[in-house]
Amino acid sequence: MSGRDVLPIVVIGGLLALIPFGVASNTLLNFLVFTLIIAIAAQGWNVLGGYGGQISFGHSAFFGTGAYATAILQVHAGVNAWLAFGLGILAGALVGLAIGALSFRAGLRGSYFALITLAFAEVFRIVANTIPLTGAATGILIKLDARPVNFQFHSRAAFFWIGLVIMLVALIATRALERSRFGAFLVALRENEDAAKALGVDTLRVKLGAITLSAAITGAAGCLYAQYFLYLDPTIAYGVWISVEALLAPIVGGLGTAFGPLIGALTLHGLGNLTSLLVGRVPGIDLVVYGILLVLVIAFAPTGLVGLAHRVRDRMRQRTALSAGAA
Amino acid sequence: MLRAERITKRFGGLTAIDDVTITAPAGRITGLIGPNGAGKTTLFAIVAGFEPPSDGCVLFEDQDITTEATHRRTLRGIARTFQIVQPFGALTVRENIAVGAHLRHRARRDALIRAERIAARVGLAGELDKPAANLTVAGRKRLELGRALATEPKLLLLDEVLAGLNPSEIRDVLPVIRAIRDGGVTILMVEHVMQAVIHLCEHVYVLAEGRLIAEGAPAAVCQDSAVIEAYLGRGAAGRLSAPEPGHA
Repeated sequence: MSGRDVLPIVVIGGLLALIPFGVASNTLLNFLVFTLIIAIAAQGWNVLGGYGGQISFGHSAFFGTGAYATAILQVHAGVNAWLAFGLGILAGALVGLAIGALSFRAGLRGSYFALITLAFAEVFRIVANTIPLTGAATGILIKLDARPVNFQFHSRAAFFWIGLVIMLVALIATRALERSRFGAFLVALRENEDAAKALGVDTLRVKLGAITLSAAITGAAGCLYAQYFLYLDPTIAYGVWISVEALLAPIVGGLGTAFGPLIGALTLHGLGNLTSLLVGRVPGIDLVVYGILLVLVIAFAPTGLVGLAHRVRDRMRQRTALSAGAA
Repeated sequence: MLRAERITKRFGGLTAIDDVTITAPAGRITGLIGPNGAGKTTLFAIVAGFEPPSDGCVLFEDQDITTEATHRRTLRGIARTFQIVQPFGALTVRENIAVGAHLRHRARRDALIRAERIAARVGLAGELDKPAANLTVAGRKRLELGRALATEPKLLLLDEVLAGLNPSEIRDVLPVIRAIRDGGVTILMVEHVMQAVIHLCEHVYVLAEGRLIAEGAPAAVCQDSAVIEAYLGRGAAGRLSAPEPGHA
């Protein structure tokens, strides 16, 4: 980890931070905040799925726990919103650690791990749908009181900046991961778990670390969602939709790359919204776009958009080198 | 250095290893040979901690490590290579070896520098930035060796590092293995290539159908009638030593 690693992230963050000054449209800001929430959730998924190769279908468990914890602490315990936000992230991380301990200790891998995470997420949804603490199926409402001390703002731009900061922290954490021993072990166990063990990697510990970090980041996305929309119900917080969003964005953007989830989320939601604008309000049209995009990426750019960009760059370089050689 | 005592391993009704004791004395190359299915790789898996034995114990530097997890054994100084090479395909050669080096070097920079040095030792200096998936078979075998070496082992378990190589590639790797031994690493190797066993090993154990059938210096073991029969079938030793009718 050096200045050269952090600089691009800070520059990109700085440029993105200027957007609200040029754009007054609430619709566009709304779109950007929502996309950022998805991108953060996806950034969390990418730590475990992209770098660690442990594909989860149940990241809604972490998203929803972060969101519900933030809301419940404020509504039922009167905890300050900012503190609740932090505790929400912690709750998400703890749920990650618990699910990881149960499934990794049992040696679940591949599709078995994917299915068990889906099952856990469903259990969370069903429980949230029945118990009074979460407001059951009616959902839970955070009282509107738009003051900064309550983590509520009149302007959407404030949420955009906060979301951006969380995104940048997640990006820097991902870069640090890439440059660390923990990251090297994580990628090694993705590539070949037995070989990693033989080289002294405590694979269980590395997986537990990864799922905890992953759940904390995705949990943060849930906390932000709760503060932004001030309303949750089980199908929002623990719904399959967020699990799918969290895994789709990294796959489209580039698995196991720092910028993959952000690029993936922007592309998916950008195109989805654009189609809605062009075609009009046809229900489910954005999902059709997602489907087509996923098929295209898997068929023509299996390493995602980031991988595609690298390939194009390498080819350009080769061509310049060739023409330079010919001249 | 290593002593595997009275190891028995049963898979259901099948006894893969039956009451086998082997030792690997410090600073030596010890060989483990035998026909296919003799239980050599299983014995390796038990020593490295990938499989628990049904019975018996594994001692390393006089300490009982029978129930210790693989990664803890690696920390003690036991490293293994795999018969079927297991590279981290998407990583470069340098990154592959660095994973091993990280065991004793936390900082990324240190691990990468050590990886370069080790790559030179196993003859991969020119392919540091190549993805491991693009290496030739011989290259991957060298990579297995390099990665294991990067953990700075005291005992190196080599599972058929020469299998699948052509004679000239084998000639190139032999001095590498000898140099590792001369560097103070004890080696226990499973090997089919007899040319290598005879050239490298000081002591050889022969397994057949899960039992230890012979041990001793490689040249002597090759003459042992039990060993010849294990490889070539019952009665083969007698037929070989009998004068051939046409030449009598």
